[in-house]
Amino acid sequence: MQDTGTSDAFVAFERVQKSYDGETLVVKDLNLSLPKGEFLTMLGPSGSGKTTCLMMLAGFETATHGEIKLDGVSINNIPPHKRGIGMVFQNYALFPHMTVAENLSFPLEVRKIGKSDREAKVKRALDMVEMGAFGGRRPAQLSGGQQQRIALARALVFEPELVLMDEPLGALDKQLREKMQFEITDLAHRLGITVVYVTHDQTEALTMSDRVAVFNDGRIQQLAPPDQLYEQPENSFVAQFIGENNTLEGTVAEIKGDHCVVKLDGGEVIDAKPVNVTKVGERTRVSIRPERVEYNKERLQEGAHTLKAKVLEFIYMGDIFRTRLEVAGNREFVIKTRNAPDQVRLTPGSEIEIGWLPEDCRALDAN
Amino acid sequence: MTASTDVPEKDADGPMLAADGTPLKKSLSRALRVQKLRALALIAPLLIFVLVTFIAPIADMLFRSVENQIVSDTMPKTTAALADWDGTGLPSDQVFEDAYYDLFVAAERKEHTRLGTRLNYEQTGASSLFRKSGRGLDDIGEVYQDQFEDLDENWDEAQPWAEMMGSEDWLAKEAAWEKGSRLPKFALRDGVEELLPRTAEQYEIFANYTHREEGDSLLDEEPWSAVHTALYQDLSTQDVSGYGGPHADMLKAAAALVASPDFQTVSFTDGFGEIDKDWLEPEIWRTLKLYAPKYTSGYFLNSVDMKLTPDGAEARPENERIYIMLFKRTLFMSLVITCSCILLGYPVAYILSNLPARKANLLMILVLLPFWTSLLVRTSAWKIMLQQQGVINDVLVWIGLVADDGRLTMINNQFGTIVAMTHILLPFMILPMYSVMSTIPHSYVRAAKSLGATDWTTFWRVYFPQSVPGIGAGSILVFILAIGYYITPEIVGGTTGTFISNRIAYHISTSLNWGLAAALGSILLAVVLLLYWAYDRIVGIDNVKLG
Repeated sequence: MQDTGTSDAFVAFERVQKSYDGETLVVKDLNLSLPKGEFLTMLGPSGSGKTTCLMMLAGFETATHGEIKLDGVSINNIPPHKRGIGMVFQNYALFPHMTVAENLSFPLEVRKIGKSDREAKVKRALDMVEMGAFGGRRPAQLSGGQQQRIALARALVFEPELVLMDEPLGALDKQLREKMQFEITDLAHRLGITVVYVTHDQTEALTMSDRVAVFNDGRIQQLAPPDQLYEQPENSFVAQFIGENNTLEGTVAEIKGDHCVVKLDGGEVIDAKPVNVTKVGERTRVSIRPERVEYNKERLQEGAHTLKAKVLEFIYMGDIFRTRLEVAGNREFVIKTRNAPDQVRLTPGSEIEIGWLPEDCRALDAN
Repeated sequence: MTASTDVPEKDADGPMLAADGTPLKKSLSRALRVQKLRALALIAPLLIFVLVTFIAPIADMLFRSVENQIVSDTMPKTTAALADWDGTGLPSDQVFEDAYYDLFVAAERKEHTRLGTRLNYEQTGASSLFRKSGRGLDDIGEVYQDQFEDLDENWDEAQPWAEMMGSEDWLAKEAAWEKGSRLPKFALRDGVEELLPRTAEQYEIFANYTHREEGDSLLDEEPWSAVHTALYQDLSTQDVSGYGGPHADMLKAAAALVASPDFQTVSFTDGFGEIDKDWLEPEIWRTLKLYAPKYTSGYFLNSVDMKLTPDGAEARPENERIYIMLFKRTLFMSLVITCSCILLGYPVAYILSNLPARKANLLMILVLLPFWTSLLVRTSAWKIMLQQQGVINDVLVWIGLVADDGRLTMINNQFGTIVAMTHILLPFMILPMYSVMSTIPHSYVRAAKSLGATDWTTFWRVYFPQSVPGIGAGSILVFILAIGYYITPEIVGGTTGTFISNRIAYHISTSLNWGLAAALGSILLAVVLLLYWAYDRIVGIDNVKLG
């Protein structure tokens, strides 16, 4: 969106639109550029246009409008097999009738690389993903995690500068997924390749990426590094999509610089940081992260507004406590506290007062 | 873990035991047996249906390809006598005598023509020879019958014969018999068998025939002339002067007549020669001797253009060979049809499997549309299209590509059969290919392209190998259907485009040579199984998928 400096960009989308049926746009005016070596994740719910963007970049879909540039050159009219982009597919797409080594050798053969060279490269790629002993196996004889590694090795064996990954870890179990997340990022940084990664798993996006582009409704809602995305969401979609979030609805009563007062629908008044509200009287949705809610009054600022809350439920989760409250009519208001020796365990039914720092409470659009 | 477990205990070195102490293997197989029985019960109706209506008739049909009991059943004495004949010159008069008695009974039973038909497969002319002989054999017996009758009318009466041959006990029962009740079993009088052995044998055959097939009393039916012939033979060799039973005078008078020089006789050999001089050629006797065994390889040898001779199997003359050529043609044309089905069907299946489901279903209906039309209609339609005054020729002439007097011959030959059968069998190729292709994920193609492969390389190295099981399944289906196809080649095949199946059908329904039809069918079955085995060895049957 704001990212328009395409001169030194390695990959660039310029005013790209895509429509399948000629009536609705799946991708609306996409502008995005990323420098060499970046790990960028496209995150969004299904149908948000992220996979379409990836497929346009790979060459399997053509942009209805706009230009896609790779290393400064428009690739709109270059067929996929000439783009030299590595790709890892959701279900790996390892060719079942070839052995692992043949799978890896395939991109080298079509590039007419000599046999001995080919074998060396295949061996190096297999060793890179610690699968050196599996060259003679068929994909069906490998576990999901092993297939994933082979798919990764195959996408990298011909040394592309750009690698696309379409939800590559979706089919793995949680533990393996976390291990692979680390391995993929590690490999990407070690080889210095540029990665565009598509996922709908926000944890994956936050842990792996240099920057995350949050997609919704065919547009990038926010493009930012993970920490910024989590702590400073720019609109209520991003705030709700990334991480757990409490929302309260109300009207802006007062704006003073980077501080505003919101009058909630139940009549209570709270402090917030105006993000995309501009004038008094505007409807707003304020968002507070569960771990930023404070019920120990001593930690609050002087003169901070507080709200009355009723404890509904207390859940022990090991490392944290999760407490569900009723706040200003919202019965799904959640707070999270660290399990520390001095931490108070709230009892259901008790009444408490909660508050927060104004900068942790962001007044966003009401949509 | 505090919960106690009832895990089966293993003895020090004994088998694994179940919770109740029985060996685990045993209790497992008991549990599985119930499942197996249930599964068996579920398939039982179909299994029985298939066994009764399909497997059993096929087994019976295959059995006919070697079965040959008709010869030894119809002419038991002759075939036994021929066993000692060396095959050169004419057999002895004894063989002719046996043939006379055998054929006489067969003619009475009207079985001689069936035997004639059977032997006609091996020797042309046998059928008419046997038909003629059935009528002519009476001439031999009548020589004796007439002379005995002239001597005493009683020789042509039923009752005196019965009284002379039958036991007292039986005669009493036979006399008491009323129509509708069971006839008493014939029993020979004591001593008559030693006195008149041939007559007793022939009369007994006559008695059993009259009882069983005609359902008549022997007191009403005078014996046939073979009995008189036997009587003459006995009287000319046996001494009946000591005979004291019923009608002893009559018999002694007859013996005197036979002994007199005026008595007319005819040798069996001459009698047969009188009927047809072919009987005096050794060939028919060689054929009889060759096909005397109960089982024969003759039909199979016939199926491969060979024939059985006394010196073993030998090839038929060039101009009589037909079946090997037909088998080769059947295999060749089935192969061509299978290949054209692959070439025509593959692109269709490819397009179908890559279209969105809604459009693919619509087009699939078009593929299946031919199934809704009768096979005969489709085949006849090709006849209209391809014939010399047909649609295609008319169009070609109209365009000017073909001169009016040079119209193409596209029907009643191999071309017509291949075109029509390719069209008819095409859906059987498209369906398995489609169902295999639609399971090939599109991501393979994308992956190959992203790895740098051109469209052709992607197809040839990635897509095609994965669609091979579909081609395999379709090919097996089409080839096996084609190899046994009958109706279409019959209608559009003419003489050069017919299959072995048409010949089988001809032998089943027209020439009625079921043995040969069965042998041809068995060979066809063997060829299919052989090809299936070869396919399994080369391609692997695991590589055949229907989706």
